[in-house]
Amino acid sequence: MGGYSYGELGAIFAMQGFSGISLFSVLLLMALGLAIIFGQMGVINMAHGEFMAVGAYTTYLMSSLTESFFPAFLPYYFILSIALAFIVAGAMGYLAEYVLIRHLYSRPLDTLLATWGLSLIMQQSFRSIFGAREVSPTLPEWLLGAYPATDMIDIPINGLFVLGLTIVVTLGVFYLMFKSSWGLRVRATTQNRVMSGAVGINTKKIDRFTFALGCGIAGIAGAAFTTIASTGPTTGTLYIVDTFMVVVFGGAASLFGTIASAFSIAQAQSILEFFISGSMAKVFTLLVLVLILMFKPEGLFASKVRR
Amino acid sequence: MSFVYDKLLGGKSGAIGLLVLSVIILIVFPMLLDGFRLNLVGKYLTYAFAAISLVLLWGYGGTLSLGQGIFFGLGGYGMAMFLKLEASSPENTAIQSTPGIPDFMDWNQITALPWFWEPFSSFGFTLLAILVLPALFAYFIGVAMFKRRVGGVYFAIITQVIAVILTVLIVGQQGYTGGINGITDLRTLNGWDITSDSAKYLFYYINCGLLIGVILLSRFILTSKFGRLLLAIRDKEDRVRFSGYDVANFKIFIFCFAAFVSALGGAMFTLQVGFMSPSFVGIVPSIEMVIFAAVGGRMSLIGVVYGTLLINFGKTTFSESFPELWLFLMGGTFIAVVMFFPNGLAGLWSQYSPDIIKKIRSTFGMANPELPLSSPGLKETNS
Repeated sequence: MGGYSYGELGAIFAMQGFSGISLFSVLLLMALGLAIIFGQMGVINMAHGEFMAVGAYTTYLMSSLTESFFPAFLPYYFILSIALAFIVAGAMGYLAEYVLIRHLYSRPLDTLLATWGLSLIMQQSFRSIFGAREVSPTLPEWLLGAYPATDMIDIPINGLFVLGLTIVVTLGVFYLMFKSSWGLRVRATTQNRVMSGAVGINTKKIDRFTFALGCGIAGIAGAAFTTIASTGPTTGTLYIVDTFMVVVFGGAASLFGTIASAFSIAQAQSILEFFISGSMAKVFTLLVLVLILMFKPEGLFASKVRR
Repeated sequence: MSFVYDKLLGGKSGAIGLLVLSVIILIVFPMLLDGFRLNLVGKYLTYAFAAISLVLLWGYGGTLSLGQGIFFGLGGYGMAMFLKLEASSPENTAIQSTPGIPDFMDWNQITALPWFWEPFSSFGFTLLAILVLPALFAYFIGVAMFKRRVGGVYFAIITQVIAVILTVLIVGQQGYTGGINGITDLRTLNGWDITSDSAKYLFYYINCGLLIGVILLSRFILTSKFGRLLLAIRDKEDRVRFSGYDVANFKIFIFCFAAFVSALGGAMFTLQVGFMSPSFVGIVPSIEMVIFAAVGGRMSLIGVVYGTLLINFGKTTFSESFPELWLFLMGGTFIAVVMFFPNGLAGLWSQYSPDIIKKIRSTFGMANPELPLSSPGLKETNS
């Protein structure tokens, strides 16, 4: 790392760290949804990235509608579109579970193929509806700009907002999964489906809502994603592998592990990107992850579940 | 004689199936198709190698690899590196600032041949590398994962990540690998023009020969005791382990063999198509290979060849005339195969063929023998 003074290095780390926080937020939101679907239900949802794109496109649609019909509402629409992204993506997830996934619970590897097919169909639908070009919503004024912390370090405001959103969603998921009676039923169904059914839990309903919740959170990730990059039909595919790595590396079914692994992966990639090219940073990060997983296949924080 | 009949051909139905396939690819296609279309079929048949490797690994072994593109790519790149070095002799590349190195290296200001390119100037080494390196790479992955009892979903995800790593690496290091365009402009093999029509016909027949050879070899593996164990591992891994078998070693072997078969397909791909690029290495081609196997029937060595041909014919036809519809159709096919025909085309055939054959026989006034129906059904794998 020759040529940089310690002060400059510190600033570089801080700046790249903050840009890594946006990546971390999106990865974590994606991974939370996937951890619920994959960790709790064992379904490999290859279409998860497309559910994120659904959220992103919902935000874009809201932005264009607001701009042409209620321009005065522009500063506030973003909050509403986050909620809407959750609802739309969740509803589509609900539908996908009902039509497709519920027939495949006993064949986890086949869910992978079926959801890959689903992702192809969704991608082509995006292309037909919104065009092949990348789109991005008009962000409200208050999300733009940066907050100058020192003269060398600028903190982008959209990054802070997305981080805040991520914290709120994470706390919400934590409450829902570990403190509410609904979460108790979800975890019971994961541990022993037959027994859960015997004590009166409607396991099919639980499955459907768990899958919808996971997809809904992916929708929120999509809304957050629009603040840092533009959305195209294949945006989802770019993130799906990273997201799976976050979930597997964190140890599926461990919320804390998911957070820790999303943070370390996003930061490693973001800080390395400054020193070596973006593609090599990705190669390096993924390679280290694969090597760690070979020695510790159960991930960082394995939950103690009987298999 | 009975050894050949039972072990290599897989009994009567296997022998007939292989005969029909051989007639179609060796006689019917060359008679009906022009040079360009035949070359296209040859390209599709190289994917069939990867599909066959997935029958062994996934259909019988129960281990899904989403990284067969890695091995297909390693085989293809190995062959492409040799052909590229031959194409970039100092005489051919005299206009470059450094003559004698591949053109993309020159464009990326590289002035000497990198060390890992050096051995690929020898044809013998290249052949050896294509046959051994992918299998060796698979061995390392296999030992690291199967010995630690990583399997099922985790194995699928990690092989997929390795495919991503390799693609990003190839695209990122374009001075050493040719980048996103891949290694192009391959002309001769040991001085022999590979773009000529006669060469294309010859490669097509070599390709078909290798494919049939691979089917025979795979059938031998599957009908042996090892094949029985493979099925047993797929259905009840723990029970096999408790019976005293080292499950990991069996899985490692089949993974290496699958890598070897895929690499063979990759090398033949480069020879017939004349280039190799990272778009045959990454996630999408790897998953497409799984789809070929799924559509053809993951338990049928012969079925997957038809599956590969069908999907690729469909892809070429539809993406030429209705590019918008193709992805919908492809996605729909995935879902339909998984949900309604988990045994693919081969499953449909074994379900309906006895009736059809009976009908044909009775139309021609022949007596109907009792057909023994023995097709190993698809068991639900819980991992």
